[in-house]
Amino acid sequence: MRLAADVFLLVGGLFSFLGALGLLRMPDVYNRIQAGTKAATLGALSFLIGVGLLQPEWWTKLVCIGGFILFTNPVGSSTIARALYLAGVRPWQPGSAETAAGQE
Amino acid sequence: MSLNLLEIMAFALMGAALLLGLIRLLLGPKAPDRIVAADTLSVITTAGIAGVGVVLGNVLYLDTALIYGVLAFVAVVALARAIEGNRT
Repeated sequence: MRLAADVFLLVGGLFSFLGALGLLRMPDVYNRIQAGTKAATLGALSFLIGVGLLQPEWWTKLVCIGGFILFTNPVGSSTIARALYLAGVRPWQPGSAETAAGQE
Repeated sequence: MSLNLLEIMAFALMGAALLLGLIRLLLGPKAPDRIVAADTLSVITTAGIAGVGVVLGNVLYLDTALIYGVLAFVAVVALARAIEGNRT
C-alpha cells in the first residue's frame, strides 16, 4: 500500500514538474495554457490519489478536492483562452516569431 | 509520519514545479502569461497543501486545500474577465 502510494505521489510530482516546465518553455500563451492545464491536472489528481492511499480514511474530502480540480481547471483555462482570443491575442505562427519568448 | 526516499523525491518535484511556475510568473512578458502561471501554480499548490496535511498528520489541511482551490478559481475567472473587458 505504501509503495503504491509512493508511486502515485511520484507520478503526480513528475507531471506537475513537467507541466511547470512546459509553462516555462512553450513559445506562446495558448501553448502555455495547454501545457500547464493538462499536465498539472493529471499531476494534481495523481498526487491526491497518492495522498488517499497513504491516509485511506480521508477519502471523502480528497474526492471533493479532486472532483473540484477536475471540474474547475478546464473551465478556468477555457475562460482565459476565450478572454485572450476576444482581446485580440493572435496565436503564435512558426515562421513569424523570431524568439521563443516574443509575442507580436 | 516519516518520509522515505520516494516521497521526498515527490515533494522535491512539487517544489521544483512551484519554482518553475514562479519564474514564469515573475518574467512573463505580458499579463496573460502571468495569469496562466498563477492558474497552474494554484492547482499545484492545492495538491501540495494536501501533501502537507499528510506529512503533518492533520486532516484540517484538506479543508484549507479545498478553500484555496475555490478562491483561486474565482480569482482566475475574475482576472480573465478583466482582460476580456479591455478589448475596446
